Amino acid sequence: MGGEIVLCRPKQVKDVAHQDEVVRVLTNTLETTNCPHMLFYGPPGTGKTTTALAIAHQLYGPELYKSRVLELNASDDRGINVVRTKIKDFAAVAVGSGSRQGYPCPPYKIIILDEADSMTEDAQAQCFATHNGNLLQSYKILFHLIIEPLASRCAKFRFKPLSEEIMSSRILHICKEEGLNLDSEALSTLSSISQGDLRRAITYLQGAARLFGSSISAKDLVSVSGVIPQDVVQSLFAACKSGDFDSANKEVSNVIAEGYPVSQMLSQLFEVVVEADDISDEQKARICKRLGEADKCLVDGADEYLQLMNVASNTMRALCNMPQDSYE
Amino acid sequence: MLWVDKYRPKTLDKITVHEDVAKNLKKLVTEQDCPHLLFYGPPGSGKKTLIMAVLRQMFGPGAEKVKIENKTWKIDAGTRTIDLELTTLSSTHHVELNPSDVGFQDRYIVQEIIKEMARNRPIDTKGKKGYKDMYVMAVLVLNEVDKLSREAQHSLRRTMEKYSASCRLILCCNSSSKVTEAVRSRCLNVRINAPTEEQIMGVLEFIGKKEGLQLPPGFAARIAAQSNRSLRRAILLFETCRVQQYPFINNQVIPPMDWEQYVSEIASDIMKEQSPKRLFLVRGKLYELLINCIPPEIILKRLLSELLKKLDAELKHEVCHWAAYYEHRMRLGQKAIFHIEAFVAKFMSIYKAFLIATFG
Repeated sequence: MGGEIVLCRPKQVKDVAHQDEVVRVLTNTLETTNCPHMLFYGPPGTGKTTTALAIAHQLYGPELYKSRVLELNASDDRGINVVRTKIKDFAAVAVGSGSRQGYPCPPYKIIILDEADSMTEDAQAQCFATHNGNLLQSYKILFHLIIEPLASRCAKFRFKPLSEEIMSSRILHICKEEGLNLDSEALSTLSSISQGDLRRAITYLQGAARLFGSSISAKDLVSVSGVIPQDVVQSLFAACKSGDFDSANKEVSNVIAEGYPVSQMLSQLFEVVVEADDISDEQKARICKRLGEADKCLVDGADEYLQLMNVASNTMRALCNMPQDSYE
Repeated sequence: MLWVDKYRPKTLDKITVHEDVAKNLKKLVTEQDCPHLLFYGPPGSGKKTLIMAVLRQMFGPGAEKVKIENKTWKIDAGTRTIDLELTTLSSTHHVELNPSDVGFQDRYIVQEIIKEMARNRPIDTKGKKGYKDMYVMAVLVLNEVDKLSREAQHSLRRTMEKYSASCRLILCCNSSSKVTEAVRSRCLNVRINAPTEEQIMGVLEFIGKKEGLQLPPGFAARIAAQSNRSLRRAILLFETCRVQQYPFINNQVIPPMDWEQYVSEIASDIMKEQSPKRLFLVRGKLYELLINCIPPEIILKRLLSELLKKLDAELKHEVCHWAAYYEHRMRLGQKAIFHIEAFVAKFMSIYKAFLIATFG
């Protein structure tokens, strides 16, 4: 896996899609080679790692890259010890300047800490003690996970989710390169199921291409992506509307037996509830409150059947205007 | 040999229940460029069978000659070394392991052992006829990935990208909700749904024919209905019936699992009387179940479904809510018995209040 994803990574900062502000600032930085510590954040699949790698490559070129850039990610053990030894050792050795083969090669090194939010707090604290190296970080949504002293030492760059047009144009570009055939319906399905995450879109595309050959329909993409078909969600919702507990129970058991992931079910149910016109705001609020609780419980590892059943029963009570009980 | 193993389809061509999935997998594997795979679905739906068949498709019959090894790994974790013991099931082409067995240290398994295995390219196995040099890479089968800790799953994600040239991972789990998005998005997800009752009936009739058994009409349907859409369970039930009495008679009893019987006894105990004394009695029975290694969440779920059968519609919602509540607490806590008992006590109080309100 990863073949297409790796192949399609832009090699230069200016080719990074849709992140205009970031690209403008960074191109400027590259010209002056005056580079602050940087912190990249944004939803998955928006090009954080890509940008970090592109900067490193453009600064040093292939020859010096190995000796000047240290890349650490979550598969390496990154407890406090690693930060203390590995990063410090790497950063401690000073390097000279002087451009080579058209690359600026500024007199500092770059450390890329990928997925920095999964680092331990101690390790983060140690990070800002390391000043010789230049820190480039790409990290995911959870901003508060990065401790404040570290965050305040970095120039922050926010990566925004890709818009649908940009996604489509990138996908079409890949399709052309790989010789795939995608109709317009499949294209819009792909951008909606991947929710602005380009990496996910490419993975789905790749999976579908492997399974179903070069012409891909919307249905193929849905089956690869693990999105639950809309009629399954609708029939659960209808069962809740009917107010009959046993039929809802049957629908829930069916969802579990079919192996649909419940977390996915919850988010699709959420969409259905929010978009429904015939439900009052109060009812929506009641349903959504429980959806949130169930999602938390699932993350804690609670049983899928019981949580979905709880959501279904609560939804039913809200939809049929049954009185709120004390335990709600 | 149990029928479950005897009639397990060995190759992708012979798989009958998930025919379309098998066909797609075959195409995938024969195209030589197989991505990482994540199989998910309820127990008894055929995940393992499919995985074995995929391995066979990749490597030929050699993949079936497996040996069980109990290895101890020494892991250097900075200041100290940790000894980890893990049972692996390996053939010359693949290794199967259950990383969640080592509990909270599963992170080391992923970081060290899997990395180590992924890094070592297997010896070239050219010359095997028919299968040639198709897969000169290691395949790692990881079971129960949903039980892996968060750190371990995080570690997995980069390993998957980095060593994708020399190693393929096949992951297997019951619920994909508990696998992080990052891992899921790097695999080709294969959903294996539980077979429908008709499909189970088909398989049972097939086995019956192979074994030369006479099935009374409706017998297969009754087994299928009792199996909860788990094929493994259906076949086991079928074999139990065969041992109990053959030739089958028309209205032969299909013995329920003994623990299920026990849970429904508990349920009727609770319905009969709601008092501390009864709670004490129930506790004894619950302990009995736990001692016999029935997983606590299964007991709770079964108990809920038994109670739901006997309740009025208005109480169902509340009971259902509390079952979900206590199961969640059980997951966070340490000792399961407290939480199951708390659920029973809660139920008793709700039911008693309901009885008093209706009948005075």
